[in-house]
Amino acid sequence: MEKFSYVNATSLEQVTSLLSESGWGEVMLIAGGTDLLAELKEYIETPKTLVNLKTLPGMDSIEVDASGLKIGALATVADIAMHPTIQHHYTVLSQAAGSVATPQIRNVGTLGGNLCQRPRCWYYRDESTDCLKKGGDICYAVDGLSKYHAILGGDPVYIVHPSDLAPALIALGASIKIVGPAGEKTMSLEEFFTLPAANPFRENVLEPNEIVVEVSVPVPKPNTKSFYLKAREKGAPDFALSSVAGVFEMDGKTCKTASIVLGGVAPAPWRSKEAEAAVTGKMIDESVSQQAGADAVKDAEPLNDNMYKVTLTRNLVSRAAMMAAS
Amino acid sequence: MARKSHVQTTINGETVEFLCESRQSLLEVLRDELYLTGAKEGCNNGNCGACSVILDGRLVNSCLVLGVETEGKSVETIEGLADPDKLHPIQDAFLENAALQCGICTPGFIMSAKALLDSNPNPTEHEIRYWLAGNLCRCTGYDKIVKAVMDAAKETSA
Repeated sequence: MEKFSYVNATSLEQVTSLLSESGWGEVMLIAGGTDLLAELKEYIETPKTLVNLKTLPGMDSIEVDASGLKIGALATVADIAMHPTIQHHYTVLSQAAGSVATPQIRNVGTLGGNLCQRPRCWYYRDESTDCLKKGGDICYAVDGLSKYHAILGGDPVYIVHPSDLAPALIALGASIKIVGPAGEKTMSLEEFFTLPAANPFRENVLEPNEIVVEVSVPVPKPNTKSFYLKAREKGAPDFALSSVAGVFEMDGKTCKTASIVLGGVAPAPWRSKEAEAAVTGKMIDESVSQQAGADAVKDAEPLNDNMYKVTLTRNLVSRAAMMAAS
Repeated sequence: MARKSHVQTTINGETVEFLCESRQSLLEVLRDELYLTGAKEGCNNGNCGACSVILDGRLVNSCLVLGVETEGKSVETIEGLADPDKLHPIQDAFLENAALQCGICTPGFIMSAKALLDSNPNPTEHEIRYWLAGNLCRCTGYDKIVKAVMDAAKETSA
C-alpha cells in the first residue's frame, strides 16, 4: 500500500468539503474497508487521504416504523442480516445480507460500502492491466477469460456488479439518500446504478464529492413472499455467479405484482421486467415459471466462457417463481 | 503526512500503546510492532481468516482493519485465550480431536469458534459450518474442526 494520511470524519459537511477539494481518488472514504483496503493493497487506488466515516454519529442505525425501514449507510451487513424485523418482513434482504462473504467481512462491511463496492473482475483487479474500466482501451473479458463476466448489459465493459444487497433492495423498491455540497437528494436505488454504456469508469451516479448516507425501504404489501437465491461456484463464501432477488405479492398461487432483480450477471443490478411480466396476473405453475426464466435471459449475450450463466439464471428465476407459488 | 500515529488500545485485557503508519493493518501492528505472532497472514485480502481476531466483541479479519482504527477499542487475540497453566477448552478440544495438521489456520479458527460460542453457546453443526465459513483449512477437511467446536461447546456450556 502507498502511504496516505488518515482523517476521522466529524461531519458530513467536512466530508463533502474534503472530497470537493480534490480530484477522483485523491481523497477516498473508508467505512468497513473490506473492499477499499484490498484495492489499496493491489495499488488499484492510491489515495493521498483516507477519511474514516465510522466516527460520524448515528449513521449505523436501522430504524423500523410504519413507513418501512431506514438503514444508515454505516449499518453493517451482519446487523442487517440478523435484524429480527428484516428477517421476518424483508426476507429477501436478510437472506441477501446473510449470503455476503464471510462472518468476518459481514461484521465490518457496511451497507454504503456494499452498494458502492468496485467490481471483482480479474482484469480490473490486476495492478498491471490497464483495462477500459481503468481508462485503458480494451475490456479484456471480451476476448479473454470471461467465466465470471456479464451476460446482460455489458457493452463496452463486461464487469458484473458484485453486490448482493443491491438486487434485494431494488426488488423491495428501496430509495437512496445522497449528500453533496449542495445538500441532500433522494433517488430510487434502481436509478442509482449505471451501465457502462453511460459511464464505463463508474458503476453508479455518485459524483466525486457526494456520499451515500441512508437507504429507505417501504413496507412490503400484505401477502408478499420474498427470497434471494444465489448460485456460487461451491458451497463456500463467494460472490454470486448469478443471483435472483424476487419479491412477489401473491393471492394464493396467483401473482398480483412481482419485482425480479438479477445479480452477478450484469454491470449493474438487472431488473428483469420481462420475467416480471411473465408472472404478473398469472397463476404460477411450472409452465409460467419456466416462461419467466426463459424471458429473463432472452436478451442475454454471453461471452466465450460464461454461456453457463444463461442456463443458471434461467433456472434460478424459474425456481424463484415456483417458490412464490408454493 | 508520513508521521506515525500514536494509538492506545486494549489487547487481551491490557492497555497497549503503539506507533504505526496509517497504512499498517492491525495484523501488521500485532505481528511486527507488538510481536503477537499468533494471528497469521494467509491471503492478506479477507478470504482465508488466518488473521482472525475479535475487535470490540466482533470477529474480524485483522488484515482488513487498519491499526489506527483500533484507537480506544478492545482486541482479543489467540495469545489471550489460555490461562498461564491451562489451555482454553476450545484449544483442548482442537488437540483432542486432532483438528489441526500444519496449524497455520488454527489461531484463526479458534478465534472464530470463540466468537461463535460467546454469542451462541450451543450451536448446531450447521451453525458451526456457517459461522466458521470465513476460515480456510487446507489440511483437515474441516470435519475434525467442526467436531472440536461441538465438543468445546459441550465443555463450555456444561
